[in-house]
Amino acid sequence: MSTTTTPPPPKKVNHIGLDVISYKGGKTTLCAGCGHNAISERIIEAFYEMGVQPWNVAKFSGIGCSSKSPAYFLSLSHGFNSVHGRMPSVATGAMLANRTIMGIGVTGDGDTASIGLGQFMHLLRRNLPMIYVIEDNGVYGLTKGQFSATADLGSKLKTGLINDLPPFDCCALALQWGATFVARSFSGDKRQLSAILKAAIAHNGLSLIDVISPCTTFNDHEGSTKSYSFMKDHDEPLHALDFVPYFDDISVEIPDGEVRDVEMHDGSHLRIKKLGHDYDPTSKFSALAALEDAGKKGEVITGVLYVDTSKPNFFEMLQMDDAPLATLPESKTRPPKAVLDQAMEELR
Amino acid sequence: MSTIEVSPALPRIDESGHSVVNDFSIQVATVNGSGSQTANSVLMRSIFQMGIPVSGKNMFPSNIQGLPTWFTIRASKHGYIGRKKEIDFLVAMNPETAREDVMNLESGAAVVYDEPLKLNALRSDLHFYPAPFDKLVAPVCPEPKLRKLVRNMIYDGIVAYLLGIEMPEIHKALTKQFGPKKAKAAEMNWGACQAGYEFAAQNLRKSDPCRVERMNRTAGKIIIDGNAACALGSMFAGVTVVTWYPITPSSSLVESLIGYLKRFRVDKTTGKATYAVVQAEDELSAVGMVLGAGWAGARSMTATAGPGISLMAEFVGLGYYAEIPGVIFDVQRVGPSTGLPTRTMQGDLLSTALLSHGDTKHPMFFPSSPEECFSLAIEAFDFAEQLQTPVFVMVDLDLGMNNWMADAFEYPTKPIKRGKVLTAEDLEKLGGFARYKDVDGDGIGYRTLPGTNHPAGAYFTRGSGHNAQAQYTEREDDYVQNVDRLARKFEGMRAAVPAPVVDYNDKAEIGFVALGTSHYAVDESRDQLRNELGIETSYLRLRAYPFNQELTDFIRRHERVYVVDQNRDGQLLALMRLEFPPEDLAKLRSVKYYGGLPLDARTVTDNVAKQEGR
Repeated sequence: MSTTTTPPPPKKVNHIGLDVISYKGGKTTLCAGCGHNAISERIIEAFYEMGVQPWNVAKFSGIGCSSKSPAYFLSLSHGFNSVHGRMPSVATGAMLANRTIMGIGVTGDGDTASIGLGQFMHLLRRNLPMIYVIEDNGVYGLTKGQFSATADLGSKLKTGLINDLPPFDCCALALQWGATFVARSFSGDKRQLSAILKAAIAHNGLSLIDVISPCTTFNDHEGSTKSYSFMKDHDEPLHALDFVPYFDDISVEIPDGEVRDVEMHDGSHLRIKKLGHDYDPTSKFSALAALEDAGKKGEVITGVLYVDTSKPNFFEMLQMDDAPLATLPESKTRPPKAVLDQAMEELR
Repeated sequence: MSTIEVSPALPRIDESGHSVVNDFSIQVATVNGSGSQTANSVLMRSIFQMGIPVSGKNMFPSNIQGLPTWFTIRASKHGYIGRKKEIDFLVAMNPETAREDVMNLESGAAVVYDEPLKLNALRSDLHFYPAPFDKLVAPVCPEPKLRKLVRNMIYDGIVAYLLGIEMPEIHKALTKQFGPKKAKAAEMNWGACQAGYEFAAQNLRKSDPCRVERMNRTAGKIIIDGNAACALGSMFAGVTVVTWYPITPSSSLVESLIGYLKRFRVDKTTGKATYAVVQAEDELSAVGMVLGAGWAGARSMTATAGPGISLMAEFVGLGYYAEIPGVIFDVQRVGPSTGLPTRTMQGDLLSTALLSHGDTKHPMFFPSSPEECFSLAIEAFDFAEQLQTPVFVMVDLDLGMNNWMADAFEYPTKPIKRGKVLTAEDLEKLGGFARYKDVDGDGIGYRTLPGTNHPAGAYFTRGSGHNAQAQYTEREDDYVQNVDRLARKFEGMRAAVPAPVVDYNDKAEIGFVALGTSHYAVDESRDQLRNELGIETSYLRLRAYPFNQELTDFIRRHERVYVVDQNRDGQLLALMRLEFPPEDLAKLRSVKYYGGLPLDARTVTDNVAKQEGR
């Protein structure tokens, strides 16, 4: 006698055989509606869809609401919640120790543009191959609502306080300081942010992604330039983005004149569709001009502002061994006795 | 290069027939940026090559060119290589300081000087040797621009003649100093040396008693500065990530290391480096990279001085609390603040031991010689990984930047120890792990490295409150358990750190406790106390903090214990005060020096004699 049972529906997995649960993190402790949670969701999605091995990822952050979020995605990855504004140095050290891991840093506008500006600049200069996400809400959330250095001139706090200083634009600064991938997005734009994150995963160099991520508790009111309603009215996407990963065999046909195609380091393609006017993301000059124009009009342009796939990354510049330095055998890290003898002889 | 032709050595005995052989100090007063460093190194090395124990102390300004510099070379047949306070032989090349330099000499000292300075008019109780340096340099150095640099080599020739240093040794030292690439410069300098020697032979009549005589006390030895020794130790410890921010007096540690790594740690077939060196944007970043790298499994280090230590405070607290290995060399200089950047001090003991906010304490290693700079550097890397914590190697400017005579370093015999790191295979067997769980009862948990190929390998590192599973917590019991475990781990270090070196003297009522470069003064002072006052002493030289039982035993076996500190506030004594009971503390007395120069024996002897009522 035999019984027939219906087999359970096959579990949906990515191309390395993992389900999306393997990319989730702990339960968020951020406020309901916080833009940061949406960003965590996009990170989970992008890493899952790109089939990145979670235990080959290291997550880094500084201090602040944003910097808590690495606990809310990729629980199977090592994480390091470091000190305020100094995540870049920790990430740099860790990735020098093991160049084969994929690094993602999550930071905020206070963490990056105020206390961490120095380390941020030098990280860009070194072109460390990692993803650097600024969850930008123009306000210090964890200390209950003070302006940060990305708050716009004239923007208003809930208390009625008006910001009397102009902002830093982290994208414009990153362009000047040598970033090789610069993007701006909005936590509410699922499709765009997802494509940008995937392109960043594929990029061989530092990817800076400044994501406007409203703070529902302290900076989401009338008069704020980092609120959901402000972004709804002022978000001006530069283009529509499509990301075709290297493992998809969908043939890449590029309609003439409509789409720019950027081939990424891993063979993936970033397809950039014209919206209204043509925008050249390989020109630093056009990126800066677009930011300047948007600023004058009070608009927030989003999309991939700049990408340069040709620059060597930090490890290449240092001519480092291909294997992780951390686990090199003693035979490679301790020179033989003859070397000590030679050094001694030279000092006699 | 021209052949070596020198006058036969003359017997050098002063008029009274009295002579001082291999036991005097020479001070050379120059202006920095004038090439005097080369002339002084050659002089020191040539005495060394004659088999005579020698030491060199450079007292230089925080400046690149034009300010006064003094270099003291001490020859000592007894093997004392600490600074000697009294100058027996002065070479006065700096018009700015010449007058004061001469006035400070003890009666009977000798002075070589530039003739136009007319220093012989100042005193009648010294031996004066005038020499016309400008006249002598012109024929050997036709290029006027170079004369300033070559001029100093003339005094090497004069001093060689007056002290009986063999000219072939000067030539050998000079050749070594310049190396094969600068043969032309070496030849010009050798010409200047010879000119000085010949002038002295023809014009000067030896009247002072100092002279050298060949010995056999330096065979097989090397000359090296402590910073270079730390660098070699780090390379042989298998360092893989080096970060730094330039600061006197630590810069040359990393610069030496870069030189050695480029030669000996680049794979010959691939041309790729088995290390990374990053000059960071500041000390905060340098130590942040050390922790990031240590967390990810590299052997990481940085080198700095007091101001850098202050800047690193926040990160070091993270390293302590999140338990991340890293080695930090602190080449101490005179503080507070910018202080005297080119003078020496043991001024960071207290602040480093307790660096950062909250309850923090850190192990410190105290090398006192180049040999120990090498061996303790190697131990520090093992220790950091085994104990999972930042380790400080406390050097000072005197040890780090001055040239020292040392025994050749011994190749490490034990394999590198990487501490408790779980591999993918371990995780497969265990099924998982808790990062901060005290499995072995020593307070040290097991860690994994990012990139470990196993889904159970990950954990979350944070400077905020965490439990045994490395999860965020603000619970009272979690916090207390965690910091109590850290305290247990620290207690365990007492037996694990390099042990002190103890010399018990059964006849002694009093003992010395010292560390680092204080050793040389204490070593010599013990002989002075015995020979001059009949005071016997014991001696315990600390090689690490936290202290261990041997220090307790030492204090209890003596009536009075003199704790030697090279700082104003008695920082070593203060650290001892934190943990010893009142009956032990009652025995402790303080010997302090904080003038910025290397500590000398006479200062220690006078201080102890006074406190002993003698």
